[in-house]
Amino acid sequence: MEKKHFLSGDEAVAFAVKLCRPHVIAAYPITPQTVIVEKISEFVASGEMDCQYLHVESEHSAMAACMGASLMGSRTFTATSSQGLLYMCEMLHYVSGSRYPIVMVNANRTIAAPWNIFGDHRDSLSQRDSGWIQFYVENAQEALDVTIQAYKIAEDPKVSLPVMINLDGYVLTHTYELVDVPPQELVDQFLPAFQTTNKLDFEKPKSLSFSAPPEWQTEFRFQQFEAMEIAKEVINQVDKEFGRVFGRTYGGLIHEYCCRDADYVLVAMGSVAGTARIVVDQLRAKGKKVGLVKLRSYRPFPKEYFQDLGQRVQAVGVIDRDISFGYEGAVYSDVKAALYRPGAQVKTVNFIAGLSGRDITKENLAQMYEPLEALALGEKVSEIQFTGLRWT
Amino acid sequence: MAVKIKDLPDKELLYGHKACQGCGGAIVARLALKVLGERTCVVLPASCISSVTTIYPQMAFFVNSLTSAFPAAAAVLSGMAAACRAQRLEDVTLLGFAGDGGTIDIGLQSLSGAVERGDDFLYICYDNEAYMNTGIQRSGLTPYGAWTTTTPTNNNAVGEKKFKKNLFEIMMAHRIPYCATASVGYPLDLLNKLAKARDIRGPKALHVLAPCPTGWGHGPEKTVEIGRLAVETGLWFLAEYEKGQVKINYNPKKFKPVQEYLIRQKRFRHLGEKDIAVIEEHRDKEWEILKKHAGRVE
Ligand SMILES: Cc1ncc(C[n+]2csc(CCOP(=O)(O)OP(=O)(O)O)c2C)c(N)n1
Ligand code: SF4
Ligand SMILES: [Mg+2]
Repeated sequence: MEKKHFLSGDEAVAFAVKLCRPHVIAAYPITPQTVIVEKISEFVASGEMDCQYLHVESEHSAMAACMGASLMGSRTFTATSSQGLLYMCEMLHYVSGSRYPIVMVNANRTIAAPWNIFGDHRDSLSQRDSGWIQFYVENAQEALDVTIQAYKIAEDPKVSLPVMINLDGYVLTHTYELVDVPPQELVDQFLPAFQTTNKLDFEKPKSLSFSAPPEWQTEFRFQQFEAMEIAKEVINQVDKEFGRVFGRTYGGLIHEYCCRDADYVLVAMGSVAGTARIVVDQLRAKGKKVGLVKLRSYRPFPKEYFQDLGQRVQAVGVIDRDISFGYEGAVYSDVKAALYRPGAQVKTVNFIAGLSGRDITKENLAQMYEPLEALALGEKVSEIQFTGLRWT
Repeated sequence: MAVKIKDLPDKELLYGHKACQGCGGAIVARLALKVLGERTCVVLPASCISSVTTIYPQMAFFVNSLTSAFPAAAAVLSGMAAACRAQRLEDVTLLGFAGDGGTIDIGLQSLSGAVERGDDFLYICYDNEAYMNTGIQRSGLTPYGAWTTTTPTNNNAVGEKKFKKNLFEIMMAHRIPYCATASVGYPLDLLNKLAKARDIRGPKALHVLAPCPTGWGHGPEKTVEIGRLAVETGLWFLAEYEKGQVKINYNPKKFKPVQEYLIRQKRFRHLGEKDIAVIEEHRDKEWEILKKHAGRVE
C-alpha cells in the first residue's frame, strides 16, 4: 500500500532516494536544494538508510566522489543548484563522457549576478551540452516518481548516461503537497540492485575515463549521441512500466494537454505547466482551441514530436525561464528548429518569463495565448516577448 | 618491515608509456606499483604521467587506472573509498598519483577534504617543480630562482621569486596518519615509505622529488644523481610524520654547497652570488623549522 505523506519537493526527493538504496551520497549545501541532503542525512543517522554519506568540500568534489563511487560499482546520489551546478560543470562532462549512470537532482535557481536564490532554468539550461539527460518536473509527486525512474533509465546498459532531475526552486522544493510514497518492496521490484560493466575489474584491470586521441574521439562521441537517441525510447518505456507497477504515468518525453484539436499551443517546462492547464481549461470554456505541451525531457530532446506538432497546429508559443543573450530563449531555439520542417506553416513566439523566481500568473499565461491567437489569424506579433516587463 | 630489493616482484605493472627518457615521475610510479601490487587502483589527475600512460587504445598501466579531472583526484579517491566500504571490498589499494600543480595548487582543496574525512588511500605527489605537461609553467612548488616559461629570466628577473609551499606541513596540520617526503635519488628510502604507507589505514601522503630532465635541463642519465644532490645540499629533505611525530631520515652534519645541485640544471644557470645567498639562507631557515618539528611531540 502506498502511504500518503505531506512533503515538500525536496523531501519527496529524499524519500525517493531512500527507496532507491544508493550506496554513496555526496552532499554539499546550497539553497534551495539543501533540505534534500539534510533529510537524507537524517535517514542515514536513524539507520533507515544504509549508505556512505560523504560531507564533501565542494560541488566539484561531490560529482568527483560520485564518479569514484560509480566506477567502483556503487549506486550514487547528489543534489545541487545554480552556482553549485556551475561549480561542478567540469565534472558533469567528465561523468557523461565516461558514461557513469549517476543520478542528481538540481533545484533550479537563477545564476548570479544579480544574485538571487529563487528559481529559473538558467542554471540547468546552461549545461545543455554536458551530456546529461535532463528532466523537468511539475510537482513533488513527479519529483519522487521521476527520481525512481531516473535510476532505471540511467542504469539501462543501452543508455548508461547520467540523469539530472530539475525541480523548480521554492515553487517545488519548498512547497508542501500530499505525496504517495510507494512501499519499498514495489520499488525493489521495479528497480533491481545496481549493476554495471562500466567499473574497475580486479580480474581484468581496466583504464576508465582515459584520454582519446583525435583518431578515436569521434567514435566515442558517436556512442554518446546514440545512447541519447536510445534513451528517448527507454524514457517512454520506463514511464509505462512505472505506470504498470505504481499506477502513475507522465507521458515520457512530453505530456500533452488538449492538443489533439488545438489551433495554438504553449510549450512549458516544470511547475508552470500546472498553472497553464488551469488556464487552458478557462480558455477552452470560452471556446478557444488552445493546448499545452509539457516538455519533460529537454535532453534527449523530443525532436520527432515537435516535427509532427508543426504540421498539426497553427501557432506555438514557448515559455523560457531563461535567455541566451544575443539570441533568444534556449528552449525556444530548439522547439523552433524542430517545428520548422520544410513546408511547415506554423508561426512561433517566445515568452521570456519567470526569471529569478518571478511568478508566472494565470493572467500572464492567459495573455500569452493572445499573440498566439493573433498569429493563427495571420497577424504579426513581436517574436521575443518579456512577460511582465516594467518597461514596454 | 624493511623492503628488500631482491624480494620485489619482477612483474612490471607500468610499461610501454611515452614519458621522456629519465623521467623521475615514471620511476616513482613504477616503484610504487612494485610495492603496492596488482590490486591497486591508480587515480591520475591531468599531468605528464596521465598523458603518457592512458591514451586509448594503448594503456600502460596493468592495474586498474583512471584519469580524473585535474582538481579532483583526491575527491575521486574519496568516492572510491566510500564505495569500497559500502561494498565491503577489502584488500584494495587506492592510489592517487598527481603532479605538484595537481596537488599543491588546483588539487589542494579536494586533497584537504579527503584527508579530513579519513578515507583509506595513498596519495603520491611526484614533484617535478612545475606544470610540465603544459610546457613548464611555474607552480606553487617551483623553487626560488627557477626558470619556467611563465617565470622567464633576463637581466632583471631571477625566474621564480617565491619559495616552495610546504606540503609536508600542510598534511601535518591535517593530523594525517602518515606522511613522508622522499626523492627518486633514494629509492630504498622511497620503497620503505611506500611499504609503510601501504600497511597503514586511513589517508597517507608521500611527497616525492621527481627530477624532470626536460623541464629542469639535465641529461636523462642524471635523474637519480640530481635527486640525491637535492638532498645532500639540503634543498630537499627526507622526513616522516607518523603518530604526531616528525622524524628526519637524513640529517647531514654539513650540506654540500648548493651550487653543486644548481649548476647541473639549465633552469638555474642564470643565478648569481646574491641569488645563491638567498637560497642558502632560506634553506637554513627551513631546516631550523624542520628540526624544531622533529624535536616536538604532539
Ligand atoms: C581545470 C584544468 N585546468 C588546467 C588544465 C591544464 N593542465 C593539464 S596538466 C597541467 C599541468 C600539470 O602539472 P603537474 O600537476 O605539476 O603535473 P606534471 O605535468 O608537471 O607532471 C595543466 C595545467 C586542466 N587539465 N584542467
Ligand atoms: S616532461 Fe618531465 S615529467 Fe613530463 S614526461 Fe618528460 S621528464 Fe617526465
Ligand atoms: Mg609538475
